[in-house]
Amino acid sequence: MLKIKNLHASVEDKEILRGINLEIKAGEVHAIMGPNGSGKSTLAAIIAGKEEFEITKGAVLLEGEDLEDLAPEERAHKGIFLSFQYPVEIPGVSVTNFIKTAINETRKGRGQEDMPANKMLKLLREKGELLEIDRKFLSRSLNEGFSGGEKKRMEIFQMAMLEPKLAILDETDSGLDIDALRIVANGVNKLRNKDNAIIVITHYQRLLEYIVPDFVHVLHNGKIVKSGGKELALELEEKGYDWLKQETVS
Amino acid sequence: MAYTEEELKKELETKEYEYGFYTDIESDTFPKGLSEEIVIAISKRKEEPKWMTEWRLEAFRIWKTMKEPEWANVTYKKPDFQDIIYYSAPKKADPNKSLSDVDPELLEMYKKLGISVDEQKKLQNVAVDIVVDSVSVATTFKKTLAEKGIIFMPISEAIQEHPELVKKYIGTVVPKTDNFYAALNSAVFTDGSFCYIPKGVRCPMELSTYFRINQAGTGQFERTLLVADEGSYVSYLEGCTAPSRDENQLHAAVVELIALDDAEIKYSTVQNWYPGNKEGIGGVFNFVTKRGICEKNAKISWTQVETGSAITWKYPSCILKGDNSIGEFYSIAVTNNYQQADTGTKMIHLGKNTKSTIISKGISAGKSQNSYRGLVQIGSRAKNARNFSQCDSLLMGNECGAHTFPYIEVKNKTAQIEHEATTSKIGEDQIFYCNQRGIDTEKAIALIVNGFSKEVLNKLPMEFAVEAQKLLEISLEGSVG
Ligand SMILES: Nc1ncnc2c1ncn2[C@@H]1O[C@H](COP(=O)(O)OP(=O)(O)OP(=O)(O)O)[C@@H](O)[C@H]1O
Ligand SMILES: [Mg+2]
Repeated sequence: MLKIKNLHASVEDKEILRGINLEIKAGEVHAIMGPNGSGKSTLAAIIAGKEEFEITKGAVLLEGEDLEDLAPEERAHKGIFLSFQYPVEIPGVSVTNFIKTAINETRKGRGQEDMPANKMLKLLREKGELLEIDRKFLSRSLNEGFSGGEKKRMEIFQMAMLEPKLAILDETDSGLDIDALRIVANGVNKLRNKDNAIIVITHYQRLLEYIVPDFVHVLHNGKIVKSGGKELALELEEKGYDWLKQETVS
Repeated sequence: MAYTEEELKKELETKEYEYGFYTDIESDTFPKGLSEEIVIAISKRKEEPKWMTEWRLEAFRIWKTMKEPEWANVTYKKPDFQDIIYYSAPKKADPNKSLSDVDPELLEMYKKLGISVDEQKKLQNVAVDIVVDSVSVATTFKKTLAEKGIIFMPISEAIQEHPELVKKYIGTVVPKTDNFYAALNSAVFTDGSFCYIPKGVRCPMELSTYFRINQAGTGQFERTLLVADEGSYVSYLEGCTAPSRDENQLHAAVVELIALDDAEIKYSTVQNWYPGNKEGIGGVFNFVTKRGICEKNAKISWTQVETGSAITWKYPSCILKGDNSIGEFYSIAVTNNYQQADTGTKMIHLGKNTKSTIISKGISAGKSQNSYRGLVQIGSRAKNARNFSQCDSLLMGNECGAHTFPYIEVKNKTAQIEHEATTSKIGEDQIFYCNQRGIDTEKAIALIVNGFSKEVLNKLPMEFAVEAQKLLEISLEGSVG
């Protein structure tokens, strides 16, 4: 589904990603871990199409198509979803209105009609229940005054509503309390199927106990320095990153 | 004695002028320029009673002694008042005809503008009085209104049919001497609406007037007079659209609202005059005087969405004369490209326990300048007066400007005044977030702007709010490259 080939990227002449190779197939879950500042969010933003980063070498392909010339919204229409590490606030725009706009603009981008209002309502109700979202949130301004955990839950709610092909969850677990983590992870698991794929960026093994990855990659200094199965996450939890950092130097 | 070259030229010019004047008076458009003769001709053309002609002439004489105000935060080349046509009427116009008699081309034009003058309006409970180029061509629902004793008609008709009402109230809120543009309007106004709601009557529908500038080089000087008698209620919608053109056009309207004891007036405007092109050429100059007076327990609420005009100079105001009266001002002003807006309100508290609320939302894009100018004045007898003002500015890009000029004058110590102001910028992060959710940048901006303006949009009647939202979207198109 997603293929990243020797990706180099920089911002203001500072190289952040230095040759990333990664292949993700439909139905898979990949976890990306790595120290602060290693380039995880940058990688996520580049896949989503943030323009401030410049791809200096390599390519990102979605189902064989080079994404380089696609605007962020076109990538979204193709089914890419990013759960932001720091979701932004949009004052005065209700959660419902925002989601409605997102769904209908995406449908328009795909040449489909608007979603009928009753279908939208039904979907809101269903997914709201799945993620145990209090109805009062639907009429509040998007993320305005939401707690850190509430913002993250709202991101996954949007994911559930948009049903993306490829979802990237950037530290969705940070800020969630124990119960919320379970609810959110549970929600994500329900959305998993053989046709979609998920990239989970996290610092903690705990999330991966709920959302069990097929592969774990360690990003350091803009490169994937180690890949493995779900055990790798446990090993990292135990040993930290120093041993890997040393390995790369050598 | 021999003519000098100069004298010859002068006489030729004068002759030509006279000739032009007389022939043109026969047709539907007056010659350019303003003089006592033109004022008299307008009055005659409108078949006005003598007192009205005198009233106009007095206004004209006052105007001649006045200067254009210069205190506003706008710069422009002053209009040449002798280069304006002060009266023009579209052909085949007859207010007494039914819609089917109206020129189909005109109706087609309204359709393009999204103005429907058909039965749909009835279903939507809107009575429409259309002003095209200064003369009403269609009036609907007069009958339904008449049953309740409500008078809603072009002001020129009202001058003839209800002279006692017009005479009693015209110029009482905005006197001829008020300001340069108001004086000019008083001298030359050609149409506009008159509305009277009798005692205790709740107007059963939203009253609506669409104004539109039609012929090249025509100035528009509407006069609106709205009287809500004791205990009555009315909601009035005013909307403007104007097609593209290169020449600057002057628009100087006067709106007077009178809310007698316990009456309530809700006055909503969507203003979309031609703003000029991307380079700042052309566009309407909009110098408007809008003011209302509240008697005891009365309430006047101004809501405006201003997206058009090259220059907007406009301060819908309330004189809170009666005890316990309430004034409200809700405004969204959008400026893009080279537009300049200097708008705001005046709340004059004279009575006891008077209350006013001001919510102003300014949105600036391109190289535009957007100023809020507000005056809250508490008179010495206005015990326990209260005001709340909130002015928010939203900036798009680095080349535009937002300014707030709040003036507060308090002569009574019991007054409570609160003022809040914020300035924010549409962030790249917000736009990227929307993009990521499949919403393109244009739509994202519309969404963010709508969110920013929500408090004011919510004050508009439903049908109008939808139009206003569309207008916000259209006027900000292409503002982020
Ligand atoms: N716009 C920018 N300008 C300059 N440097 C940037 C910019 N964006 C990211 N960086 C730098 O790129 C590096 C990678 O940042 P990134 O946010 O991808 O790290 P991360 O792996 O997500 O870290 P964390 O675990 O703390 O979230 C950091 O050193 C960061 O400071
Ligand atoms: Mg990060």
